Amino acid sequence: MQQNQQSLSGLSQSPRSPQSEPFLSVSVIDPVKLGNGVQAYISYRVITKTNLPDYQGPEKIVIRRYSDFVWLRDRLFEMYKGIFIPPLPEKSAVEKFRFSAEFIEMRRQALDIFVNRVASHHELRQSDDLRLFLQADEETMERARAQEMVIFKKKPADLMQIFKDMQAKVSDVVLGKEKPVEESTPEYEKMKHYIFELEDHLSEAQKHAFRLVKRHRELGQSLSDFGKAVKLLGACEEDALGKAFSELGGRSEALSTKLQIEAHHLLMNFEEPLKDYVRAVQSIKATIAERANAFRQHCELAETVKLKEINLDKLMLTRSERVGEAEIEYRELKAESEEATKRFETITRLMNDEMARFQEQKTLDMGLAFHEFAKGQAHLANDIADAWRSLIPKLEACSSS
Amino acid sequence: MMGSENQAFEHGAHTSEEMSYLLVDDPLTSKSYASYRSAMSTLSESCHHPLSRSIATTEDRDPLLSPPQDSNQVSPSSPDNHDSHYGNSDYYSDLIISPLEESNYATANGMDTPKLKWQNSSSLSRLESSNSSILEYLKITVSNPQKEHESSNSIVPGSNTYVTYLISTKTNMWGFGGSEFSVRRRFKDVVTLADRLAESYRGFFIPPRPDKSVVESQVMHKQEFVEHRRVALEKYLRRLAAHPVIKKSNELRVFLQVPGKLPLSPSADVASRVLDGAVKLPKQLLGDSRSVLAPHEVVQPAKEGRDLLRLFKELKQSVTNDWGSSRPPLVEEDKEFLDKKEMLHDFEQHLSHASKQAEVLVKEQQDIGNTMGELGLAFIKLTKFENENAVSGTHSVRAADMKNVATAAIKASRIYRELNAKSVKTLDTLHDHLGSMLAVHNAFSDRSGALLTVQTLLSEISSLQSKIGKLETASSNVFGGDKSRSHKLKELKEIVRVTEDAKNVAIREYEQIKDNNRSELDRLERQKRTDLLNMLKGFVNAQVSCAEKLGCLWVKLAEDTGRYATKSS
Repeated sequence: MQQNQQSLSGLSQSPRSPQSEPFLSVSVIDPVKLGNGVQAYISYRVITKTNLPDYQGPEKIVIRRYSDFVWLRDRLFEMYKGIFIPPLPEKSAVEKFRFSAEFIEMRRQALDIFVNRVASHHELRQSDDLRLFLQADEETMERARAQEMVIFKKKPADLMQIFKDMQAKVSDVVLGKEKPVEESTPEYEKMKHYIFELEDHLSEAQKHAFRLVKRHRELGQSLSDFGKAVKLLGACEEDALGKAFSELGGRSEALSTKLQIEAHHLLMNFEEPLKDYVRAVQSIKATIAERANAFRQHCELAETVKLKEINLDKLMLTRSERVGEAEIEYRELKAESEEATKRFETITRLMNDEMARFQEQKTLDMGLAFHEFAKGQAHLANDIADAWRSLIPKLEACSSS
Repeated sequence: MMGSENQAFEHGAHTSEEMSYLLVDDPLTSKSYASYRSAMSTLSESCHHPLSRSIATTEDRDPLLSPPQDSNQVSPSSPDNHDSHYGNSDYYSDLIISPLEESNYATANGMDTPKLKWQNSSSLSRLESSNSSILEYLKITVSNPQKEHESSNSIVPGSNTYVTYLISTKTNMWGFGGSEFSVRRRFKDVVTLADRLAESYRGFFIPPRPDKSVVESQVMHKQEFVEHRRVALEKYLRRLAAHPVIKKSNELRVFLQVPGKLPLSPSADVASRVLDGAVKLPKQLLGDSRSVLAPHEVVQPAKEGRDLLRLFKELKQSVTNDWGSSRPPLVEEDKEFLDKKEMLHDFEQHLSHASKQAEVLVKEQQDIGNTMGELGLAFIKLTKFENENAVSGTHSVRAADMKNVATAAIKASRIYRELNAKSVKTLDTLHDHLGSMLAVHNAFSDRSGALLTVQTLLSEISSLQSKIGKLETASSNVFGGDKSRSHKLKELKEIVRVTEDAKNVAIREYEQIKDNNRSELDRLERQKRTDLLNMLKGFVNAQVSCAEKLGCLWVKLAEDTGRYATKSS
């Protein structure tokens, strides 16, 4: 990390090119269906444009699939505890088989947003894993991905941790300390409560937004059917009235198309951002879990250190031969404990910053989504008004005839 | 208001003169002003809210609407502030829904005041074209259902309860001696009325009466059913009053005015008819009593008649006609009629289809309105939540944005609801016309029934005449005359004479029915045209008005959130 920072600042000092500002921009495009049957998957082209020294050339194109993105997200989650990792679109095992154009487009958009968020985060963009993801050839990528697919995607170290956790829990129960150790500061409580409840509220809004999209489609369909029926009815009538009927039918059908368009627009620009918000909140929940883990480790180690200290003192008093051993153990444990405490504090600090940034960002994201929503609906309403309004003079003409 | 405004408002100033009646007569309307807020409820609840809104806006809009009766009940300004700025777009909008009718597919079609030539709801114009005199009106209201007990000649006491409805009439037609009166009637009386009208007005397009629906009365909650029926009865009676010929009928007058049991016409009771017929049959078969049709009986359709023998004969005739072995003596030759019949058949098909699609459309509009509302509510909750947990300025900004979206969504859902109420009303014309088609079918079967009677009589005459011919040849061979045969001949000739009379009456009846059909077809054609045109206008105007309001709403939200727009958008 230090190195990168140096090189970045170095860049800004040397006026080699007009674009001396370091930039890293990524696009995810061109979804292509590969494989067949159950093994079918979508591959995407990931284009990286950058002037960062660690990256190859001004532009690099690689082919990636969804699982590669998942790998990246998991790696970032591991390495950057405390930072809110941008969310990925859902796995969706069912829809995958249907691979509708809309689904593919939605996924592509979400993946594009994901990578760009990573690339624009001042910490995350420096990740080696990101660089691998953006630059490595397909075989290297596959290898890296395979390594992760170990039991439950957990490294040996993590397995040990799990084991230790279980031990700790057992001893807690035995000792009568059944409640898991948790932070209880009012700020933490408030934040946790906020995030958890926020998810519920946002999910509800998103659910209704999704339904609204469906309603638009259904209304469009019924307008189309109605239009056809009215046209047929008009065919029974002669002269102006018959014409009026068929024009009405025609308008109705035309509006049906506009409704389908708006439904799509609503999906991509209003419902998806809401969905994205929900995912982001879920990602934060995962970070909170990490924080809780870190806190617990810090607490437990602190406890253990204290016990060890007492033990050590006892040993020193009795001048036992085991003093030396015990001292070494104690020092090691103390170092571990301090590490754990530092980790926890880092996470807490990072989270505070992240939270502030997250709130700001979401206000902007939502504001844009609302704007798009309003714009789309306004256009639709105006189109509808215009279409029907154009019929009025014709109808008036009928009645006078 | 009464009769002074004759101009047709060509635009969509869709107001209803009914408003004043309803305000004066109907105890329900006072509720409609009670709370405008409560008006923003679901469509399935009473239709008071569109009425209150519409009244308010029409008050703003229409100087010709005389305020006196209404003013103390109408709120001086539009109850909804937000609409004041939609101002002129309302000009095209508000159709009134009668608060008396609450189901989705009830309409205010019963409005039968032809004197006001407002071009608004379909039924009005229907009346306008059918009523020459603008001073004749006949307004019928059905209300106040009450349970009553059958005076018991039944063995089990208290077993027979039924519901009566108060039928109140206001009229200035002469022939009714009086301008306001009311009478209590039960459903059975209505059935009687319908039957009598069907007999007296063969060939006319008589509006079909409400169903007996025995099953429904078990299934529906009693109160609901009674209300449903009350609405249906009112609609039916108003349609009768709207028919230019039937409104002047004796049957209707008696029904509306003369209390007490309705006198049954000779052929009213099917059971007794059939019974009488069964009694007559043996005598007829044995040739005892005159097995001829009395001329007056010929005027009644055989099916409903008591004459079983006649039924058999006509059935035989129709079978003969169908087999086509011999050309029936008289055929339906009126090509114009046949063409019209076919066209009407097509029309009915398409009408039915369009009516179904209209139903679906209305449902979808309702759904989208509901979802909009739910979305709005979800955002309200979010707003509240964010405000409660605001730790930084950005929270409040976001909360404010969400509130704007929520408000817009909720307003939008109200607008959709309003649109729906109007759509239901206008598109109901389609349903109504389907009902008229039924009346047309009945009238056409009157015609074919009468034709069949004529055909039967003609073939009977010809068979009688061939019998006479045979007898004459036979008796001419006997020298000195054949007493029994000549007696028989005299009888037969007498029968032929009576049958000829009956045949002439039948032909006259048939021609009359044909005329009735013709005039009714013309009337229907005109009415259909006007109704459908008004339906289209109403539908289109409602859509325009709603879309304009929505447009304003969303444009404002777009402006409020304009600062978030990216350069690309």
